[in-house]
Amino acid sequence: MAVSPASRFGFRNSSVAQKLWQWLFHMPWTWRITLGYLTVMLFVPIAAMFLKASTEGPVNFWRIATSPVALATYNVTFVTSILAALMNGLFGTLIAWVLVRYKFPFKRLIDASIDLPFALPTSVAGLTLATVYSNNGWIGSLLAPLGIKVSFTRLGVWVAMIFISLPFVVRTVQPVMQEMEREIEEAAWSLGANQWQTFRRVILPPLFPAILTGVALGFSRAVGEYGSTVIISSNTPFRDLIAPVLIFQRLEQYDYSGATVIGTVLLLISLVLLLLINLLQAWGRRYDD
Amino acid sequence: MTTRKEMNSQMNNSKAAPSEQKSWIPAILIVVAIAYVSLVLYIPALNVFIQAFSKGVGPFFANLTRPEFLHAVQLTVMLAAIALPLNTVFGLCAAWALTRHRFPGRAFVLSLIDLPFSISPVVAGLMIVLLYGRQGWFGGWLQEHGLNIIFAFPGMVLATAFVSMPFVAREVIPVLEELGSDQEEAAKTLGANDWQIFWRVTLPNIRWGLLYGLILTNARAMGEFGAVSVVSGNISGKTQSLPLFVEDAYKQYETEAAYSAAVLLALLAVVTLVLKEILERRTRIKDVE
Repeated sequence: MAVSPASRFGFRNSSVAQKLWQWLFHMPWTWRITLGYLTVMLFVPIAAMFLKASTEGPVNFWRIATSPVALATYNVTFVTSILAALMNGLFGTLIAWVLVRYKFPFKRLIDASIDLPFALPTSVAGLTLATVYSNNGWIGSLLAPLGIKVSFTRLGVWVAMIFISLPFVVRTVQPVMQEMEREIEEAAWSLGANQWQTFRRVILPPLFPAILTGVALGFSRAVGEYGSTVIISSNTPFRDLIAPVLIFQRLEQYDYSGATVIGTVLLLISLVLLLLINLLQAWGRRYDD
Repeated sequence: MTTRKEMNSQMNNSKAAPSEQKSWIPAILIVVAIAYVSLVLYIPALNVFIQAFSKGVGPFFANLTRPEFLHAVQLTVMLAAIALPLNTVFGLCAAWALTRHRFPGRAFVLSLIDLPFSISPVVAGLMIVLLYGRQGWFGGWLQEHGLNIIFAFPGMVLATAFVSMPFVAREVIPVLEELGSDQEEAAKTLGANDWQIFWRVTLPNIRWGLLYGLILTNARAMGEFGAVSVVSGNISGKTQSLPLFVEDAYKQYETEAAYSAAVLLALLAVVTLVLKEILERRTRIKDVE
Protein backbone atom coordinates (compact mmCIF):
# COMPACT_ATOMS: atom_id res chain seq x y z
CA MET A 1 0.00 0.00 0.00
CA ALA A 2 1.37 3.36 -0.99
CA VAL A 3 1.79 5.78 1.85
CA SER A 4 1.24 9.39 0.87
CA PRO A 5 3.74 11.90 2.24
CA ALA A 6 0.98 13.70 4.07
CA SER A 7 -0.19 10.71 6.10
CA ARG A 8 3.41 9.82 6.86
CA PHE A 9 3.70 13.15 8.67
CA GLY A 10 0.70 12.15 10.71
CA PHE A 11 -1.97 14.28 9.06
CA ARG A 12 -5.37 12.68 9.60
CA ASN A 13 -6.99 14.56 6.77
CA SER A 14 -4.58 14.08 3.90
CA SER A 15 -6.55 16.23 1.48
CA VAL A 16 -6.05 19.32 3.66
CA ALA A 17 -2.34 18.67 3.81
CA GLN A 18 -2.15 18.16 0.07
CA LYS A 19 -4.05 21.38 -0.50
CA LEU A 20 -1.64 23.23 1.77
CA TRP A 21 1.29 21.64 -0.05
CA GLN A 22 -0.09 22.59 -3.46
CA TRP A 23 -0.93 26.06 -2.31
CA LEU A 24 2.62 26.62 -1.06
CA PHE A 25 4.01 25.57 -4.44
CA HIS A 26 1.59 27.40 -6.69
CA MET A 27 1.39 30.58 -4.67
CA PRO A 28 0.55 33.72 -6.64
CA TRP A 29 3.34 36.28 -6.58
CA THR A 30 1.25 38.66 -4.44
CA TRP A 31 1.34 36.02 -1.72
CA ARG A 32 5.05 35.47 -2.15
CA ILE A 33 5.74 39.19 -1.66
CA THR A 34 3.37 39.46 1.30
CA LEU A 35 4.74 36.43 3.12
CA GLY A 36 8.32 37.20 2.16
CA TYR A 37 8.14 40.76 3.47
CA LEU A 38 6.34 39.69 6.63
CA THR A 39 8.96 37.01 7.22
CA VAL A 40 11.94 39.32 6.81
CA MET A 41 10.44 42.31 8.60
CA LEU A 42 8.28 40.74 11.29
CA PHE A 43 8.62 36.98 11.85
CA VAL A 44 12.41 36.70 11.85
CA PRO A 45 12.95 39.72 14.16
CA ILE A 46 10.33 38.45 16.62
CA ALA A 47 11.84 34.96 16.49
CA ALA A 48 15.30 36.43 17.10
CA MET A 49 13.97 38.24 20.14
CA PHE A 50 12.27 35.19 21.67
CA LEU A 51 15.23 32.91 20.95
CA LYS A 52 17.65 35.39 22.51
CA ALA A 53 15.38 35.63 25.54
CA SER A 54 15.13 31.85 25.80
CA THR A 55 18.92 31.47 25.99
CA GLU A 56 18.72 33.18 29.38
CA GLY A 57 16.93 30.24 30.99
CA PRO A 58 13.79 30.66 33.06
CA VAL A 59 15.51 31.40 36.37
CA ASN A 60 17.72 34.12 34.98
CA PHE A 61 14.88 35.50 32.87
CA TRP A 62 12.68 35.80 35.93
CA ARG A 63 15.49 37.40 37.94
CA ILE A 64 16.10 40.11 35.32
CA ALA A 65 12.42 40.61 34.54
CA THR A 66 11.54 41.12 38.20
CA SER A 67 14.59 43.07 39.36
CA PRO A 68 13.62 46.08 41.53
CA VAL A 69 14.47 48.61 38.78
CA ALA A 70 12.43 46.68 36.23
CA LEU A 71 9.46 46.37 38.60
CA ALA A 72 9.58 50.11 39.27
CA THR A 73 9.54 50.85 35.53
CA TYR A 74 6.56 48.51 34.99
CA ASN A 75 4.78 50.36 37.76
CA VAL A 76 5.44 53.75 36.13
CA THR A 77 4.69 52.48 32.60
CA PHE A 78 1.52 50.49 33.20
CA VAL A 79 -0.10 52.47 35.99
CA THR A 80 0.52 55.79 34.22
CA SER A 81 -0.63 54.38 30.86
CA ILE A 82 -3.87 53.03 32.26
CA LEU A 83 -4.54 56.34 34.03
CA ALA A 84 -3.90 58.23 30.78
CA ALA A 85 -6.09 55.83 28.80
CA LEU A 86 -8.95 56.12 31.32
CA MET A 87 -8.69 59.90 31.28
CA ASN A 88 -9.02 59.80 27.50
CA GLY A 89 -11.83 57.26 27.82
CA LEU A 90 -13.81 59.85 29.73
CA PHE A 91 -12.87 62.98 27.80
CA GLY A 92 -12.58 61.21 24.43
CA THR A 93 -16.18 60.03 24.74
CA LEU A 94 -17.20 63.57 25.67
CA ILE A 95 -15.34 65.03 22.68
CA ALA A 96 -16.87 62.48 20.32
CA TRP A 97 -20.32 63.28 21.71
CA VAL A 98 -19.84 67.01 21.27
CA LEU A 99 -18.53 66.54 17.72
CA VAL A 100 -21.37 64.24 16.67
CA ARG A 101 -24.34 65.90 18.36
CA TYR A 102 -23.77 69.66 18.61
CA LYS A 103 -23.11 72.50 16.22
CA PHE A 104 -20.55 75.15 17.17
CA PRO A 105 -17.96 77.36 15.45
CA PHE A 106 -14.71 75.73 14.18
CA LYS A 107 -16.20 72.27 14.64
CA ARG A 108 -14.67 70.88 11.44
CA LEU A 109 -11.28 72.29 12.35
CA ILE A 110 -11.41 70.77 15.82
CA ASP A 111 -12.57 67.45 14.41
CA ALA A 112 -9.65 67.37 11.97
CA SER A 113 -7.13 68.41 14.63
CA ILE A 114 -7.92 65.44 16.89
CA ASP A 115 -5.58 63.35 14.72
CA LEU A 116 -2.66 65.70 15.40
CA PRO A 117 -0.92 63.24 17.79
CA PHE A 118 -0.83 60.65 14.96
CA ALA A 119 0.79 63.12 12.58
CA LEU A 120 3.10 65.05 14.91
CA PRO A 121 6.47 63.31 15.47
CA THR A 122 6.78 62.18 19.07
CA SER A 123 10.02 64.04 19.71
CA VAL A 124 8.31 67.31 18.79
CA ALA A 125 5.41 66.43 21.09
CA GLY A 126 7.81 65.69 23.95
CA LEU A 127 9.79 68.88 23.35
CA THR A 128 6.80 71.19 23.35
CA LEU A 129 4.96 69.45 26.21
CA ALA A 130 8.11 69.63 28.33
CA THR A 131 8.31 73.38 27.65
CA VAL A 132 4.63 74.19 28.13
CA TYR A 133 4.37 72.17 31.35
CA SER A 134 7.75 73.17 32.80
CA ASN A 135 7.87 75.46 35.85
CA ASN A 136 8.19 78.57 33.70
CA GLY A 137 6.07 77.35 30.79
CA TRP A 138 2.61 78.61 29.83
CA ILE A 139 0.67 76.02 31.80
CA GLY A 140 3.38 74.83 34.20
CA SER A 141 3.84 78.34 35.63
CA LEU A 142 0.17 78.36 36.61
CA LEU A 143 0.52 75.01 38.35
CA ALA A 144 3.87 75.72 40.05
CA PRO A 145 2.44 78.05 42.76
CA LEU A 146 0.08 75.21 43.69
CA GLY A 147 3.10 73.00 44.25
CA ILE A 148 2.38 70.90 41.17
CA LYS A 149 5.44 70.05 39.12
CA VAL A 150 4.66 68.40 35.78
CA SER A 151 7.72 68.32 33.53
CA PHE A 152 10.45 65.91 34.66
CA THR A 153 8.06 64.05 36.96
CA ARG A 154 5.69 61.14 36.62
CA LEU A 155 2.87 63.62 36.08
CA GLY A 156 4.68 64.78 32.94
CA VAL A 157 4.87 61.20 31.66
CA TRP A 158 1.12 61.01 32.22
CA VAL A 159 0.52 64.23 30.24
CA ALA A 160 2.65 62.94 27.34
CA MET A 161 0.75 59.64 27.36
CA ILE A 162 -2.56 61.51 27.34
CA PHE A 163 -1.35 63.49 24.33
CA ILE A 164 -0.33 60.52 22.21
CA SER A 165 -3.36 58.36 23.05
CA LEU A 166 -6.04 61.06 22.70
CA PRO A 167 -7.27 60.20 19.16
CA PHE A 168 -7.93 56.51 19.84
CA VAL A 169 -11.10 56.81 21.94
CA VAL A 170 -12.51 59.69 19.88
CA ARG A 171 -11.97 57.85 16.59
CA THR A 172 -13.39 54.52 17.75
CA VAL A 173 -16.44 56.02 19.49
CA GLN A 174 -17.35 58.63 16.83
CA PRO A 175 -18.56 56.29 14.06
CA VAL A 176 -20.62 54.20 16.49
CA MET A 177 -22.26 57.35 17.84
CA GLN A 178 -22.99 58.58 14.32
CA GLU A 179 -24.83 55.41 13.46
CA MET A 180 -26.94 55.37 16.59
CA GLU A 181 -30.58 56.00 15.90
CA ARG A 182 -32.06 59.04 17.58
CA GLU A 183 -35.51 57.41 17.54
CA ILE A 184 -34.54 55.00 20.30
CA GLU A 185 -33.53 57.89 22.53
CA GLU A 186 -36.73 59.72 21.74
CA ALA A 187 -38.68 56.57 22.56
CA ALA A 188 -36.93 56.47 25.94
CA TRP A 189 -37.81 60.12 26.51
CA SER A 190 -41.44 59.62 25.65
CA LEU A 191 -41.58 56.64 27.97
CA GLY A 192 -40.54 58.97 30.77
CA ALA A 193 -36.83 58.38 31.20
CA ASN A 194 -34.81 61.40 32.29
CA GLN A 195 -31.59 62.52 30.61
CA TRP A 196 -29.30 60.54 32.87
CA GLN A 197 -31.41 57.39 32.57
CA THR A 198 -31.50 57.70 28.80
CA PHE A 199 -27.75 58.13 28.71
CA ARG A 200 -27.04 55.23 31.03
CA ARG A 201 -29.60 52.75 29.73
CA VAL A 202 -29.93 53.62 26.02
CA ILE A 203 -26.87 55.47 24.79
CA LEU A 204 -24.08 53.93 26.82
CA PRO A 205 -24.61 50.16 26.25
CA PRO A 206 -23.94 50.17 22.48
CA LEU A 207 -21.07 52.65 22.97
CA PHE A 208 -19.39 50.73 25.75
CA PRO A 209 -17.47 48.20 23.59
CA ALA A 210 -16.19 51.06 21.41
CA ILE A 211 -15.07 53.06 24.46
CA LEU A 212 -13.30 50.03 25.89
CA THR A 213 -11.62 49.31 22.55
CA GLY A 214 -10.44 52.91 22.37
CA VAL A 215 -9.10 52.76 25.92
CA ALA A 216 -7.29 49.50 25.16
CA LEU A 217 -5.79 50.95 21.96
CA GLY A 218 -4.69 54.08 23.80
CA PHE A 219 -3.25 52.02 26.64
CA SER A 220 -1.33 49.83 24.22
CA ARG A 221 0.11 52.88 22.48
CA ALA A 222 1.00 54.58 25.78
CA VAL A 223 2.79 51.49 27.10
CA GLY A 224 5.11 51.44 24.09
CA GLU A 225 5.57 55.18 23.79
CA TYR A 226 9.15 56.39 23.83
CA GLY A 227 9.81 59.67 22.03
CA SER A 228 7.58 62.07 23.93
CA THR A 229 7.94 60.40 27.32
CA VAL A 230 11.75 60.22 27.25
CA ILE A 231 11.94 63.98 26.71
CA ILE A 232 9.38 65.08 29.31
CA SER A 233 10.59 62.61 31.96
CA SER A 234 13.72 63.04 34.06
CA ASN A 235 14.35 59.29 33.50
CA THR A 236 15.23 58.73 37.15
CA PRO A 237 14.94 55.07 38.22
CA PHE A 238 12.17 54.40 40.78
CA ARG A 239 10.58 57.79 40.04
CA ASP A 240 9.63 58.36 36.44
CA LEU A 241 11.68 55.89 34.41
CA ILE A 242 9.50 53.99 31.93
CA ALA A 243 10.18 50.49 30.58
CA PRO A 244 11.06 51.49 26.98
CA VAL A 245 13.69 53.91 28.30
CA LEU A 246 15.11 51.19 30.54
CA ILE A 247 15.51 48.95 27.46
CA PHE A 248 17.32 51.77 25.72
CA GLN A 249 19.63 52.32 28.71
CA ARG A 250 20.42 48.60 28.91
CA LEU A 251 21.36 48.61 25.22
CA GLU A 252 23.60 51.63 25.71
CA GLN A 253 25.43 49.69 28.43
CA TYR A 254 25.75 46.75 25.99
CA ASP A 255 23.62 44.69 28.39
CA TYR A 256 21.88 42.80 25.60
CA SER A 257 20.30 40.17 27.82
CA GLY A 258 18.85 42.82 30.15
CA ALA A 259 17.39 44.71 27.19
CA THR A 260 16.05 41.52 25.61
CA VAL A 261 14.31 40.27 28.74
CA ILE A 262 12.51 43.54 29.40
CA GLY A 263 11.80 43.89 25.68
CA THR A 264 10.27 40.40 25.67
CA VAL A 265 8.05 41.29 28.62
CA LEU A 266 6.83 44.38 26.76
CA LEU A 267 6.34 42.42 23.53
CA LEU A 268 4.31 39.73 25.28
CA ILE A 269 2.14 42.37 26.88
CA SER A 270 1.50 44.07 23.54
CA LEU A 271 0.57 40.69 22.03
CA VAL A 272 -1.92 40.08 24.84
CA LEU A 273 -3.33 43.59 24.36
CA LEU A 274 -3.67 43.02 20.61
CA LEU A 275 -5.65 39.85 21.31
CA LEU A 276 -7.81 41.70 23.82
CA ILE A 277 -8.49 44.52 21.35
CA ASN A 278 -9.54 42.01 18.69
CA LEU A 279 -11.92 40.36 21.14
CA LEU A 280 -13.34 43.75 22.15
CA GLN A 281 -13.90 44.66 18.52
CA ALA A 282 -15.70 41.38 17.92
CA TRP A 283 -17.83 42.11 20.97
CA GLY A 284 -18.64 45.58 19.62
CA ARG A 285 -19.82 44.13 16.30
CA ARG A 286 -22.57 42.12 17.99
CA TYR A 287 -24.79 45.19 17.66
CA ASP A 288 -24.32 45.31 13.89
CA ASP A 289 -26.94 42.77 12.94
CA MET B 1 -42.81 76.05 49.24
CA THR B 2 -43.12 73.71 46.31
CA THR B 3 -45.38 70.82 46.80
CA ARG B 4 -44.64 67.33 45.66
CA LYS B 5 -47.25 67.71 42.96
CA GLU B 6 -45.65 70.81 41.55
CA MET B 7 -42.28 69.12 41.48
CA ASN B 8 -43.80 66.23 39.65
CA SER B 9 -45.32 68.46 37.05
CA GLN B 10 -41.99 70.24 36.59
CA MET B 11 -40.29 66.94 36.03
CA ASN B 12 -42.94 65.97 33.57
CA ASN B 13 -42.39 69.18 31.68
CA SER B 14 -38.70 68.50 31.38
CA LYS B 15 -39.47 65.06 30.06
CA ALA B 16 -41.85 66.33 27.46
CA ALA B 17 -39.50 68.82 25.89
CA PRO B 18 -35.92 67.66 26.41
CA SER B 19 -34.40 69.82 23.73
CA GLU B 20 -35.66 73.13 25.09
CA GLN B 21 -34.98 72.32 28.73
CA LYS B 22 -31.42 72.28 30.05
CA SER B 23 -29.97 74.04 27.03
CA TRP B 24 -26.91 74.83 29.13
CA ILE B 25 -25.80 71.22 29.07
CA PRO B 26 -24.55 71.28 25.45
CA ALA B 27 -22.78 74.58 26.10
CA ILE B 28 -20.96 73.20 29.14
CA LEU B 29 -20.01 69.98 27.35
CA ILE B 30 -18.64 71.94 24.38
CA VAL B 31 -16.60 74.21 26.66
CA VAL B 32 -15.19 71.25 28.63
CA ALA B 33 -14.29 69.40 25.42
CA ILE B 34 -12.55 72.42 23.92
CA ALA B 35 -10.74 73.18 27.18
CA TYR B 36 -9.40 69.62 27.35
CA VAL B 37 -8.28 69.58 23.73
CA SER B 38 -6.66 73.01 24.21
CA LEU B 39 -4.68 71.92 27.28
CA VAL B 40 -3.49 68.73 25.62
CA LEU B 41 -3.18 69.68 21.94
CA TYR B 42 -3.58 73.31 20.93
CA ILE B 43 -1.48 75.13 23.51
CA PRO B 44 1.49 72.75 23.01
CA ALA B 45 1.09 72.93 19.20
CA LEU B 46 0.95 76.73 19.25
CA ASN B 47 4.01 76.79 21.51
CA VAL B 48 6.12 75.08 18.80
CA PHE B 49 5.59 77.98 16.39
CA ILE B 50 5.96 80.74 18.97
CA GLN B 51 9.18 79.31 20.42
CA ALA B 52 10.70 78.84 16.97
CA PHE B 53 10.16 82.49 16.07
CA SER B 54 10.64 83.92 19.59
CA LYS B 55 13.79 85.78 18.55
CA GLY B 56 12.56 86.67 15.10
CA VAL B 57 12.98 85.12 11.71
CA GLY B 58 16.75 85.73 11.49
CA PRO B 59 17.95 83.18 14.08
CA PHE B 60 15.34 80.75 12.78
CA PHE B 61 16.84 80.73 9.30
CA ALA B 62 20.36 80.71 10.72
CA ASN B 63 19.48 77.49 12.50
CA LEU B 64 18.00 76.03 9.36
CA THR B 65 21.19 76.49 7.36
CA ARG B 66 23.44 74.64 9.81
CA PRO B 67 25.14 71.69 8.08
CA GLU B 68 24.03 69.11 10.71
CA PHE B 69 20.51 70.29 10.25
CA LEU B 70 20.60 70.09 6.46
CA HIS B 71 22.08 66.62 6.72
CA ALA B 72 19.27 65.59 9.05
CA VAL B 73 16.66 66.83 6.58
CA GLN B 74 18.33 64.99 3.74
CA LEU B 75 18.50 61.78 5.76
CA THR B 76 14.85 62.02 6.79
CA VAL B 77 13.74 62.48 3.19
CA MET B 78 15.87 59.53 2.07
CA LEU B 79 14.46 57.27 4.79
CA ALA B 80 10.91 58.08 3.70
CA ALA B 81 11.83 57.73 0.01
CA ILE B 82 12.98 54.13 0.59
CA ALA B 83 10.37 53.04 3.14
CA LEU B 84 7.46 54.41 1.11
CA PRO B 85 7.79 52.27 -2.06
CA LEU B 86 8.71 49.16 -0.03
CA ASN B 87 5.62 49.42 2.13
CA THR B 88 3.42 50.35 -0.82
CA VAL B 89 4.34 47.20 -2.75
CA PHE B 90 3.89 45.10 0.38
CA GLY B 91 0.66 46.83 1.36
CA LEU B 92 -0.92 46.39 -2.08
CA CYS B 93 0.10 42.73 -2.31
CA ALA B 94 -1.10 42.00 1.21
CA ALA B 95 -4.40 43.79 0.64
CA TRP B 96 -4.98 41.93 -2.62
CA ALA B 97 -4.02 38.57 -1.16
CA LEU B 98 -6.18 39.00 1.92
CA THR B 99 -9.31 40.33 0.25
CA ARG B 100 -9.39 38.11 -2.84
CA HIS B 101 -8.86 34.82 -1.00
CA ARG B 102 -10.73 33.26 1.86
CA PHE B 103 -8.72 30.81 3.92
CA PRO B 104 -8.56 29.58 7.49
CA GLY B 105 -6.59 31.91 9.72
CA ARG B 106 -7.30 34.97 7.57
CA ALA B 107 -8.38 37.03 10.57
CA PHE B 108 -5.15 36.06 12.29
CA VAL B 109 -3.01 37.27 9.37
CA LEU B 110 -5.05 40.49 9.26
CA SER B 111 -4.25 41.25 12.88
CA LEU B 112 -0.59 40.25 12.34
CA ILE B 113 -0.29 43.11 9.87
CA ASP B 114 -1.23 45.54 12.64
CA LEU B 115 1.45 44.15 14.92
CA PRO B 116 4.10 46.83 14.20
CA PHE B 117 1.66 49.39 15.64
CA SER B 118 1.29 47.59 18.94
CA ILE B 119 4.98 46.76 19.35
CA SER B 120 6.86 49.50 21.18
CA PRO B 121 9.21 51.33 18.80
CA VAL B 122 12.09 50.66 21.19
CA VAL B 123 11.35 46.93 21.09
CA ALA B 124 11.23 47.14 17.28
CA GLY B 125 14.66 48.75 17.29
CA LEU B 126 15.93 46.14 19.75
CA MET B 127 14.78 43.31 17.49
CA ILE B 128 16.75 44.79 14.59
CA VAL B 129 19.82 45.11 16.82
CA LEU B 130 19.45 41.46 17.89
CA LEU B 131 19.44 40.43 14.22
CA TYR B 132 22.06 42.64 12.65
CA GLY B 133 24.07 43.94 15.59
CA ARG B 134 27.59 42.86 16.46
CA GLN B 135 26.33 39.98 18.62
CA GLY B 136 23.26 39.38 16.49
CA TRP B 137 22.25 36.43 14.31
CA PHE B 138 23.72 37.90 11.13
CA GLY B 139 26.32 40.01 12.95
CA GLY B 140 29.26 37.70 12.30
CA TRP B 141 28.49 37.27 8.61
CA LEU B 142 27.99 41.00 8.15
CA GLN B 143 31.27 41.79 9.85
CA GLU B 144 33.15 39.32 7.63
CA HIS B 145 31.80 41.12 4.61
CA GLY B 146 32.43 44.57 6.07
CA LEU B 147 28.78 45.54 6.10
CA ASN B 148 27.38 47.89 8.70
CA ILE B 149 23.68 47.90 9.39
CA ILE B 150 23.43 48.96 13.01
CA PHE B 151 24.59 52.52 13.71
CA ALA B 152 24.32 53.12 9.97
CA PHE B 153 21.81 54.04 7.29
CA PRO B 154 20.51 50.51 6.43
CA GLY B 155 19.45 49.91 10.03
CA MET B 156 17.56 53.19 10.05
CA VAL B 157 15.80 52.16 6.83
CA LEU B 158 14.78 48.84 8.40
CA ALA B 159 13.45 50.57 11.52
CA THR B 160 11.54 53.14 9.47
CA ALA B 161 10.04 50.51 7.18
CA PHE B 162 9.04 48.41 10.19
CA VAL B 163 7.10 51.08 12.04
CA SER B 164 5.34 52.41 8.93
CA MET B 165 4.56 48.97 7.49
CA PRO B 166 0.79 48.56 8.12
CA PHE B 167 -0.65 51.87 6.85
CA VAL B 168 -1.09 51.12 3.13
CA ALA B 169 -2.48 47.62 3.71
CA ARG B 170 -4.80 48.92 6.38
CA GLU B 171 -6.27 51.70 4.24
CA VAL B 172 -6.56 49.63 1.06
CA ILE B 173 -8.08 46.45 2.57
CA PRO B 174 -11.48 47.98 3.48
CA VAL B 175 -11.76 49.68 0.07
CA LEU B 176 -10.99 46.47 -1.79
CA GLU B 177 -13.39 44.56 0.41
CA GLU B 178 -16.22 46.95 -0.29
CA LEU B 179 -15.46 47.00 -4.00
CA GLY B 180 -15.89 43.28 -4.49
CA SER B 181 -14.28 41.46 -7.39
CA ASP B 182 -17.05 41.76 -10.01
CA GLN B 183 -15.31 44.37 -12.12
CA GLU B 184 -12.03 42.47 -12.02
CA GLU B 185 -13.72 39.25 -13.09
CA ALA B 186 -15.48 41.06 -15.90
CA ALA B 187 -12.14 42.40 -17.11
CA LYS B 188 -10.69 38.91 -16.92
CA THR B 189 -13.43 37.37 -19.07
CA LEU B 190 -12.84 40.14 -21.58
CA GLY B 191 -9.24 38.93 -21.86
CA ALA B 192 -7.26 41.37 -19.68
CA ASN B 193 -4.15 39.99 -17.98
CA ASP B 194 -3.41 40.44 -14.26
CA TRP B 195 -1.31 43.53 -14.75
CA GLN B 196 -3.91 45.19 -16.98
CA ILE B 197 -6.63 44.39 -14.45
CA PHE B 198 -4.63 45.96 -11.65
CA TRP B 199 -3.65 49.02 -13.63
CA ARG B 200 -6.96 49.73 -15.39
CA VAL B 201 -9.58 48.42 -12.97
CA THR B 202 -8.32 48.05 -9.41
CA LEU B 203 -5.96 51.00 -9.09
CA PRO B 204 -8.45 53.69 -10.20
CA ASN B 205 -10.93 52.32 -7.71
CA ILE B 206 -8.59 52.26 -4.74
CA ARG B 207 -6.62 55.41 -5.53
CA TRP B 208 -7.95 57.56 -2.67
CA GLY B 209 -7.49 54.85 -0.09
CA LEU B 210 -3.99 54.19 -1.40
CA LEU B 211 -3.11 57.89 -1.35
CA TYR B 212 -4.38 58.14 2.21
CA GLY B 213 -2.18 55.19 3.20
CA LEU B 214 0.81 56.78 1.47
CA ILE B 215 0.36 60.07 3.34
CA LEU B 216 0.18 58.31 6.69
CA THR B 217 3.17 56.10 5.82
CA ASN B 218 5.18 59.16 4.88
CA ALA B 219 4.26 61.04 8.07
CA ARG B 220 5.22 58.11 10.27
CA ALA B 221 8.41 57.41 8.28
CA MET B 222 9.60 61.00 8.55
CA GLY B 223 8.58 61.40 12.17
CA GLU B 224 9.71 58.10 13.70
CA PHE B 225 11.91 58.59 16.70
CA GLY B 226 12.06 55.57 19.02
CA ALA B 227 12.94 52.74 16.66
CA VAL B 228 15.34 54.84 14.59
CA SER B 229 16.95 56.17 17.74
CA VAL B 230 17.81 52.65 18.96
CA VAL B 231 19.51 51.54 15.74
CA SER B 232 21.10 54.79 14.57
CA GLY B 233 23.56 55.63 17.32
CA ASN B 234 22.45 59.25 16.82
CA ILE B 235 25.72 60.62 15.41
CA SER B 236 25.27 64.27 14.49
CA GLY B 237 25.79 64.91 10.78
CA LYS B 238 25.93 61.17 10.07
CA THR B 239 23.07 59.08 11.37
CA GLN B 240 20.82 61.79 12.74
CA SER B 241 17.37 62.18 11.25
CA LEU B 242 15.23 65.25 11.90
CA PRO B 243 13.33 63.89 14.94
CA LEU B 244 16.65 62.80 16.46
CA PHE B 245 18.08 66.24 15.76
CA VAL B 246 15.22 67.78 17.76
CA GLU B 247 15.96 65.67 20.83
CA ASP B 248 19.73 66.07 20.56
CA ALA B 249 19.53 69.86 20.24
CA TYR B 250 17.15 70.00 23.21
CA LYS B 251 19.51 67.91 25.33
CA GLN B 252 22.44 70.19 24.43
CA TYR B 253 20.37 73.16 25.66
CA GLU B 254 20.13 74.52 22.11
CA THR B 255 16.41 74.98 22.56
CA GLU B 256 16.07 77.32 19.61
CA ALA B 257 17.70 74.93 17.18
CA ALA B 258 15.41 72.21 18.51
CA TYR B 259 12.35 74.36 17.89
CA SER B 260 13.49 75.42 14.42
CA ALA B 261 13.61 71.76 13.42
CA ALA B 262 10.40 71.05 15.33
CA VAL B 263 8.57 73.67 13.26
CA LEU B 264 9.45 71.83 10.07
CA LEU B 265 8.14 68.56 11.50
CA ALA B 266 5.03 70.29 12.82
CA LEU B 267 4.39 71.70 9.35
CA LEU B 268 4.73 68.19 7.97
CA ALA B 269 2.05 67.14 10.48
CA VAL B 270 -0.23 70.02 9.46
CA VAL B 271 0.15 69.18 5.75
CA THR B 272 -0.60 65.54 6.58
CA LEU B 273 -3.78 66.49 8.42
CA VAL B 274 -4.95 68.84 5.65
CA LEU B 275 -4.40 66.23 2.92
CA LYS B 276 -6.09 63.62 5.07
CA GLU B 277 -9.12 65.86 5.53
CA ILE B 278 -9.33 66.56 1.78
CA LEU B 279 -9.16 62.85 0.96
CA GLU B 280 -11.74 61.98 3.60
CA ARG B 281 -14.11 64.58 2.21
CA ARG B 282 -13.66 63.19 -1.29
CA THR B 283 -14.44 59.63 -0.28
CA ARG B 284 -17.39 60.83 1.80
CA ILE B 285 -18.85 62.67 -1.22
CA LYS B 286 -18.44 59.49 -3.24
CA ASP B 287 -20.33 57.58 -0.54
CA VAL B 288 -23.23 59.98 -0.68
CA GLU B 289 -23.46 59.70 -4.47
